Amino acid sequence: MEPILQVKDLHVSFQVKGGEVKAVRGMNFEVGKGETVAIVGESGSGKSVTAQTIMRLIPSPPSIIKQGEILFQGQDLLKKSIKQMEAIRGKDIGMIFQDPMTSLNPTIKVGKQITEVLIKHQKMSAGEAKKQAIEMLKLVGINNAEARFNQYPHEFSGGMRQRAMIAIALACRPALLIADEPTTALDVTIQAQIMDVMKEMQQRLGTSIILITHDLGVVAGMCDRVIVMYAGEVVETGTKWEIFKNPQHPYTKGLLRSMPRLDQKKGEPLIPIIGTPPDLIKPPIGCPFAARCEQAMKICERIDPGATVFSDTHMARCWDLHPMAKEGQSS
Amino acid sequence: MSKNLIEVEGLKKYFNVGGGNVLKAVNNISFSIAEGETLGLVGESGCGKSTAGRTILRLYEPTGGSVRFNGTDINQLSPRKMKAMRRDMQMIFQDPYASLNPRFTVTDIIGEALDIHGLAGSRAERKKRVEELLDMVGLNPDHATRYPHEFSGGQRQRIGIARALAVNPKFIICDEPISALDVSIQAQVVNLLKDLQDRLGLTYLFIAHDLSMVKHISDRVAVMYLGRIVELAESEELYANPLHPYTKTLLSAIPIPDPEVEANKKRILLEDSANGPIASAKDGVSSGGAFDLDNSELVEVSKGHWVSMPNK
Amino acid sequence: MDTNSIKVMTTPADLTPDDFRKIGTDEKEAEVIQRESISAWRDAWQRLRSNKMAMTALVVLLLITITAFVGPLISKWVHGYNYYSNDLLNTNKGPSATHWFGTDDLGRDMWVRTWKGTQISLLVGFAAACIDLFIGVIYGGIMGYFGGRVDEIMNKFSEILYSIPYLLVTILLLVVMEPSLGTIILALTITGWINMSWIVRGEIMQLKNREFVLASRSMGAGSGRLLFRHLLPNAVGPIIVTVTLSVPNAIFAEAFLSFLGLGVQAPIASLGSMINDALTGWLYYPWRMLFPAIVISLTMLAFNIFGDGLRDALDPKLKK
Repeated sequence: MEPILQVKDLHVSFQVKGGEVKAVRGMNFEVGKGETVAIVGESGSGKSVTAQTIMRLIPSPPSIIKQGEILFQGQDLLKKSIKQMEAIRGKDIGMIFQDPMTSLNPTIKVGKQITEVLIKHQKMSAGEAKKQAIEMLKLVGINNAEARFNQYPHEFSGGMRQRAMIAIALACRPALLIADEPTTALDVTIQAQIMDVMKEMQQRLGTSIILITHDLGVVAGMCDRVIVMYAGEVVETGTKWEIFKNPQHPYTKGLLRSMPRLDQKKGEPLIPIIGTPPDLIKPPIGCPFAARCEQAMKICERIDPGATVFSDTHMARCWDLHPMAKEGQSS
Repeated sequence: MSKNLIEVEGLKKYFNVGGGNVLKAVNNISFSIAEGETLGLVGESGCGKSTAGRTILRLYEPTGGSVRFNGTDINQLSPRKMKAMRRDMQMIFQDPYASLNPRFTVTDIIGEALDIHGLAGSRAERKKRVEELLDMVGLNPDHATRYPHEFSGGQRQRIGIARALAVNPKFIICDEPISALDVSIQAQVVNLLKDLQDRLGLTYLFIAHDLSMVKHISDRVAVMYLGRIVELAESEELYANPLHPYTKTLLSAIPIPDPEVEANKKRILLEDSANGPIASAKDGVSSGGAFDLDNSELVEVSKGHWVSMPNK
Repeated sequence: MDTNSIKVMTTPADLTPDDFRKIGTDEKEAEVIQRESISAWRDAWQRLRSNKMAMTALVVLLLITITAFVGPLISKWVHGYNYYSNDLLNTNKGPSATHWFGTDDLGRDMWVRTWKGTQISLLVGFAAACIDLFIGVIYGGIMGYFGGRVDEIMNKFSEILYSIPYLLVTILLLVVMEPSLGTIILALTITGWINMSWIVRGEIMQLKNREFVLASRSMGAGSGRLLFRHLLPNAVGPIIVTVTLSVPNAIFAEAFLSFLGLGVQAPIASLGSMINDALTGWLYYPWRMLFPAIVISLTMLAFNIFGDGLRDALDPKLKK
């Protein structure tokens, strides 16, 4: 499959008082055409920073893109000028954000916010754009789209606003949609609807999606492949089946174990991951997860492990997967 | 079955939202919680579950109804007796960033309750008690002189728990205590709450929107919708056999971290759900269906399983 | 899992089995905080210190204040004159070794008078700000804390008071009462506290619904504890900023009133009255206007810059 996005060895830091927070420390991944890839991680794992860096929306200062390449359809986005990026955003790459309350402009009618994008990027006439915008509103499941076209964001409920955001982001049929925690601020019933809308839109338009989320449930329902991030690094990647059915990294395993399941027996205690993520002002030299890992070995504190590859799609970075790990235990 | 510690009856809390409009945030809810039991209270944002919790603790004065603690109606108590009563009823808050005074050290945050109720004789005694509490919630007592902003979300929530425990309460309302925390931290806090319950014999009202976590921690679960309880049952029973259409919708919407389950799942949607639950509730009113809550009441359909049913 | 298909990572060559010995985790170890502990106040101070403009302004303010009190004393020791001793043989003289800022039309030393005037200005500024602070915090605190009907009535009252032009109030007051320092301060504070009370009201209203206040209430804390331990300490940032910015306002208002002749009476000097006196011959004796004008401008500028710096340093929104 031809990848439409390749991120290579991306490093992003933030300048703060007292040092440099190394938020992303060597990200590598690809997104194929029509594929949905989830980037999973906790707050501070660098998942949102990665997404914003791809869009070049990350404020600089305080952020610095230290090194790396972001190849979108073969072109390095990090080498684009501000003007060139503006032409790409909204046209070739769409983005939806966590908070639908603040990501729509409250003073502009919802319909106009969609037509603006169409007129800017597709050079449509006002009439054409309006027709297209109403079409988009219908597609994302907004009833009575003609009337809704002339309403302001505050007249929409939270779920409706996120639908409108999706309509704006997909109006120009971008090749890639980046969804940064699109359902975190919404109730579960609304979340389910928004996920359905995104899936349906993807099938219709063939868009590739990068879904940034902390919710493994959403991942299981929506995605083809999963990238698990921890402390600015990718610790495991795989198809959703590989990640959920055969996780290899202790962090991935820990995450899955620590979540309660509806089919779980009552009284079974959850198995939490102890401790807290490292402070990325001084990231650990070795494996970032070592301090919280039950399997931790001496080497984990010394050297950051390389990748162990299980299949074309499945990779994990952990010393416990090294053949010598078994020897160490027996001695 | 042990005796009821908390009995809530017909509790109402209305807010005047201006323009002559009244928001019935909590509209006639009744339930009881037995000693040592955990009752889960679930619902979506705006359903009134947090208001219910605060009204039960009399942080808001109720518009109507009663809350009895060990048989005493707390809304009849004088300010002085109410103050004493607060030692028995405590709360853990949702937002670990907003719930700790940023200008206080951890010692002062936890020690405040001791000061208010005169529970620590000397400074040394106060310090010792604070360190004891920090240890109890799994925090390093050496950090007692630090400020809240230096802690992570999970650690702050532990501080909040230690504060609630300082006065040796019998009943704690946990108001979405884990919804602001990362997944890997949530289990830590939930396990801690369970462990404390076992050790100290606490009674919990656990308010949340995360149904899987509520099921895990609760003995019984009440589902709230638009200010009312629409279903109440033992947690196993509720999840195995949901009866109210709203409960069914809510259960089917929970994403399960298992691709197999997700692939085979059928979702139950409320009618006209694109326009949100409020609109569909209005539809229910017109048709006199399950969502006509004004003309419904809780009916016990099997032992301990209550469902809101329209009046005949 | 098919173990044959696994591709092992490339590893450094010198690994020994000992490297793979389990060490496990220590729960307490995993919770240790690495960053250094700092209180909100120290943090604000560090931020303020790194703001060069604000620190320069602070130094300027300190220098002005010190000179205002020490300057006249120096003249007294060195030359033996004070702010009203006149030397009629040396009127309207330019700056010289004996009269550093020159003399005025009555032969009074401008250096001494300028700094005496600065003393008056600073006194008026600080006194007015302190009274504003006192009334404003109490009034605003009550409005914000109790809310509802109490707030409505008290707020209406302050709005009505605010709508009366303060110059009018002042002039009426000065007509009724003897023009003196006390009268000026009173005139400035009649409406000056309103701004402070609104700031405090807004802050308290916002804070009182925060969860940490609810938490304290749920533990049985009374109004006094809530107001003085929780609400006001957290509103202290905006309060300090407001005070800092209200000092130059009061200084300017005093200068303005004195300039109009409604201020302090001769022979007491004020920066405003000195500028007024200098007006008659300012083309011939520019130093008579220049020095008081420079001092008053510098004071106000420094207060404003310092106040802005304080705002940035104390603003909790910048911190996460």
